[in-house]
Amino acid sequence: MKLPDAEKLCEELARELRPRLTPRSAMIGLYTGGAWLAERLHALLALKEPLGLMDIAFYRDDYHAQGLHHDPKRTKIPFDVNGRELLLVDDVLYTGRTVRAAMNELFDYGRPASIALVVLADRGGRELPIAAQYCGARLEVPSGMRLRLTREASGKLALVLEPSRAA
Amino acid sequence: MQRSPQLNAKGELQHLLSIEGLPREILIQILDTAESFVGVTEREVKKVPLLRGKSVFNLFFEPSTRTRTTFEIAAKRLSADVINLNIALSSQTKGESLLDTVANLSAMQADIFVVRHASSGAPFLIARHVKPHEHVVNAGDGRHAHPTQGLLDLYTIRHYKKEFSRLTVAIIGDVLHSRVARSLIHGLSTLGVPEVRVIGPQTLLPTGVEALGVKVFHDMKAGLRECDVVVMLRLQNERMSGALLPSAQEYFKSYGLTAEKLGLARADAIVMHPGPMNRGVEIDSSVADGPHSVILPQVTFGIAVRMAVMSIVAG
Repeated sequence: MKLPDAEKLCEELARELRPRLTPRSAMIGLYTGGAWLAERLHALLALKEPLGLMDIAFYRDDYHAQGLHHDPKRTKIPFDVNGRELLLVDDVLYTGRTVRAAMNELFDYGRPASIALVVLADRGGRELPIAAQYCGARLEVPSGMRLRLTREASGKLALVLEPSRAA
Repeated sequence: MQRSPQLNAKGELQHLLSIEGLPREILIQILDTAESFVGVTEREVKKVPLLRGKSVFNLFFEPSTRTRTTFEIAAKRLSADVINLNIALSSQTKGESLLDTVANLSAMQADIFVVRHASSGAPFLIARHVKPHEHVVNAGDGRHAHPTQGLLDLYTIRHYKKEFSRLTVAIIGDVLHSRVARSLIHGLSTLGVPEVRVIGPQTLLPTGVEALGVKVFHDMKAGLRECDVVVMLRLQNERMSGALLPSAQEYFKSYGLTAEKLGLARADAIVMHPGPMNRGVEIDSSVADGPHSVILPQVTFGIAVRMAVMSIVAG
């Protein structure tokens, strides 16, 4: 399967987002791929509020089956989420479970005015009623494969497709 | 080599019984996870849903306020239901055996037992008899171990000193009766601290303590020189049997931490104490409340560390 150029998708997303920004806009990236994408978008859009970063390990719905993920990162939201128009950024949208967990965690920080979901790619396979408002590319990826974002030492972003690890 | 009773077949933490025998990766996993939980404890809503629907039984066969309370807070912040049992006052006095007590609580659908017991090894005995989905966390057994206190000490040291590989750590006082000291020494050596010193009178240091890889000092001033971390231990009056010490005043003169003695350690040294403190016996108030003291942050970090332990074993 030919994968789209992540760098190009990133610039397109920034172009699409720019006219929708308001003084109440703020951005939060989900570890790990979403955080890389958010760092890039945050810089391209020159957002005033510092970037928030979130690890949803403590809100996952597979804790009882999978246990706690190793090395969860510390969630850091350096602004008050109350009344914000939040842009929630992830690299790939799949089942929707990560986004569900992220929204639950966000509401433990306060009550945002709105949340819009920004993803680089939507690979289908949704298990929850969740959709992205800003989506770089739509791809059909078979269930045995994993689509994820990588970041090279140079900072260059790229999508890769690989067999998913056995659970 | 026989597998540690704390780990399952995949090498994951199943129970937390002692720091001794835990590999470095598990210690680091606990400290890293605790760091994420520190973030949670600084929020407005200090709760995450991880242990929703789970029951944590605090089994305290020996009195403790601080440890029991911090375990209770930690479990509640993980959304677990917490049941506190002060066993010293109940069934055991009626003659029920330890394992019968645990079997009864297990029948009440327990998921985690937090155990404090005056006998060394009691949590190990319980861990051998619980069902596969039940987990045991040692909250202090006899003179043997107090792993969550050791872990929170390690967390505190990492928080202030960043790295373990260049530190000199002094543990001062009643090492003989201290399960805290034992747990901490094992943790420090697993994490690669090059120099651990124990300082105290001959009568309060266990014989053969050098075998743990520590340097022994009887002169506090010599032992404090160039230390990065100073861990004071409580003089455990209630355990003191026989004449190990002349008097509390004498003890303070030789082994109490004063600002003057602390001046021999490094300028950026931190002072820790597992609490409760005996001011004027092992530590002077000016030090306990002074700029080097991290005694209260230790308590705060202790909650995050206990959240990490419970969420890792129950996962």
